[in-house]
Amino acid sequence: MSETAIKVERLSKLYRISHLASQRTVRDAVHHGMRLVWRRLRWNARPTREEFWALRDVNFEVKRGEVVGIIGRNGAGKSTLLKVLSRITEATTGRITLRGRIASLLEVGTGFHPELSGRDNIYLNGAIHGLTRAEINRKFDEIVEFADVTRFLDTPVKRYSSGMYVRLAFAVAAHLEPDILVVDEVLAVGDAAFQKKCLGKIREVSSAEGRTVLFVSHNLSSVRQLCTRAMLLEQGRVAFDGAPAAAISAYTQSDKTKSEYKHIAGDGAARITRLKMPGDAGSGAIAPIFGEIVIEIQFEAKPSAGSLEFFILVYSDEGECIAASFQTDSCPRLGAGSGGGKMSVAFRNPFAPGRYLVSAGIFDPFRQFHDWVEFAESFEVLPGFADGRAFDQRLGRVSLEAKWTP
Amino acid sequence: MEAHYWRDLWRYRELLGFLAWRDVKVRYQQTVLGIAWAVVQPLTSVVIFWFVFGRLAKMPSGGQPYFIVVMVGQLAWQLFANTLGNTSGSLVGSAQLISKVYFPRLIVPLSSVLVACIDFIFIFVIYVIAAVWTGTLPGIHALWLPCFIALVLLLAIGAGLWLAALTVRFRDFRILVPFLLQIGVFATPVGYRTDYLTRFKEILALNPMTGIIDAFRWCLLGGDEPFAWYSFGFTLVWTVFLLATGIWYFRRTEKTFADDI
Repeated sequence: MSETAIKVERLSKLYRISHLASQRTVRDAVHHGMRLVWRRLRWNARPTREEFWALRDVNFEVKRGEVVGIIGRNGAGKSTLLKVLSRITEATTGRITLRGRIASLLEVGTGFHPELSGRDNIYLNGAIHGLTRAEINRKFDEIVEFADVTRFLDTPVKRYSSGMYVRLAFAVAAHLEPDILVVDEVLAVGDAAFQKKCLGKIREVSSAEGRTVLFVSHNLSSVRQLCTRAMLLEQGRVAFDGAPAAAISAYTQSDKTKSEYKHIAGDGAARITRLKMPGDAGSGAIAPIFGEIVIEIQFEAKPSAGSLEFFILVYSDEGECIAASFQTDSCPRLGAGSGGGKMSVAFRNPFAPGRYLVSAGIFDPFRQFHDWVEFAESFEVLPGFADGRAFDQRLGRVSLEAKWTP
Repeated sequence: MEAHYWRDLWRYRELLGFLAWRDVKVRYQQTVLGIAWAVVQPLTSVVIFWFVFGRLAKMPSGGQPYFIVVMVGQLAWQLFANTLGNTSGSLVGSAQLISKVYFPRLIVPLSSVLVACIDFIFIFVIYVIAAVWTGTLPGIHALWLPCFIALVLLLAIGAGLWLAALTVRFRDFRILVPFLLQIGVFATPVGYRTDYLTRFKEILALNPMTGIIDAFRWCLLGGDEPFAWYSFGFTLVWTVFLLATGIWYFRRTEKTFADDI
């Protein structure tokens, strides 16, 4: 069980931005080359600033059967790491040792051809991932059954619904039976029931069959559910490596300390200095459905500011505003001349499991902005209820706190 | 490392066939003429060359029907042009795949060679019909044909690997290759014979395809003219050079195709 499946030593990957952006034609290359020579002649060898380390001195080891989640912001190097591990591109320096066959699912339906039938695409896709015809034959029925597309096997996939397309693509990948499976964000597509099925399959692959899984996701709750370990990447480095819960809280903490709040509106007569989320002491902002969430808004105000009214907005992970609360719903305006202080807002969390972003702001008496901080903090809703019941995959973004009577 | 790569290539050999099969299957889907297109295109250019060089310019035919002289030239040229055209555009055409999945990248250009070979079969069938029709049947020399076909492929693969890898970095080549092939069909003795152009012998021989077309005619037209060793020598040198450097350059750059494509 403690056999090493992946060993990564001092891995770094350098991208030269200029190559990507501007050297698309010979003319550009010649132009670029001449400019470099010219620059060298004039200032003798200035360092070019177009270099970007997508990965920097990454070291880790993964044991066989582990399910490792990789989290981090956009551009932290998650996808680059997966690409280097699956040999799609080469690292600039460092060493990777893999034991066993690796299969990567970086995108749903890579290599699917829209003109070909479902049956043809299963064979083609299997071959792209290194299966032989005999191996595909053996798993064919299982794949079709998992994808649930039996009736449409001989229809070109361009006529498939997007749900069917995704199901078929995942089904092929899930039946590759690699020793190491690398999955990137692919579960973001597809409906909830199918996502659940996929997570179940990944779990089965790792625990029952002893395969190693590397799993990149923005969906923190699936990382928490699925992974036995998680790694947090920050600017190409491993910032944290350990238990998923701790990695997730390190991730939400780092969001807070690294980024200044974005003040997107207001005259600044009153300013929000901090949004204090529940459980800030270390566990991160996490709540179950119908659990109590208290957000404390810390602020400062100039004497010139009039009476204040606070508000909060809650956004989904995709940035859609789905809820609002205004102070005057339940509390009179705050008198002028306070100089600063705190305002708390408490509510019973109605949101479905997932990650939510919080914005907050301050109005003057005419509902003109003193301040508005966007996406300042986030909280995560766990797949369970405050009274201990597990999440039941119900539909809807919010659960009503309703009274049922017989 | 090197041995590992070639072993991987062998392990993925079925993918080679699958990709070629996909390309052939998809190409003629939703077309009315279907596979007949593979015949119409080369046949049309044979007719045009026969008319322009044979009828209008009245080039010497060396005793054989001019149509079959052009047909044999076209046989070699089409194989070369299709192979080169397919391979050089193959990587960029599979950009999606290359940036998301690992497999030995050589699979992609090689599978496009397979597609060109399938087209060749159709042209070859027309040639056989034309040969029987005009009564220009080859002699014992025809047994050399497989060797010359292999030589065309190796030459085209060598050049194609260079162009495929270069196209990943510089999209200029995507425009340049069809352009070169367009010029090439005239710079190469497809529509005319070389044995009556002794004045340009040296210049024509610099083109590696000249030696190959001479060789095709030597083995299929059944004449008793001597084998054109002069141009054939150039062809051999070109082939070895392009193939060796082509593989070298491709292997050197393929690890970062995914970053540039």
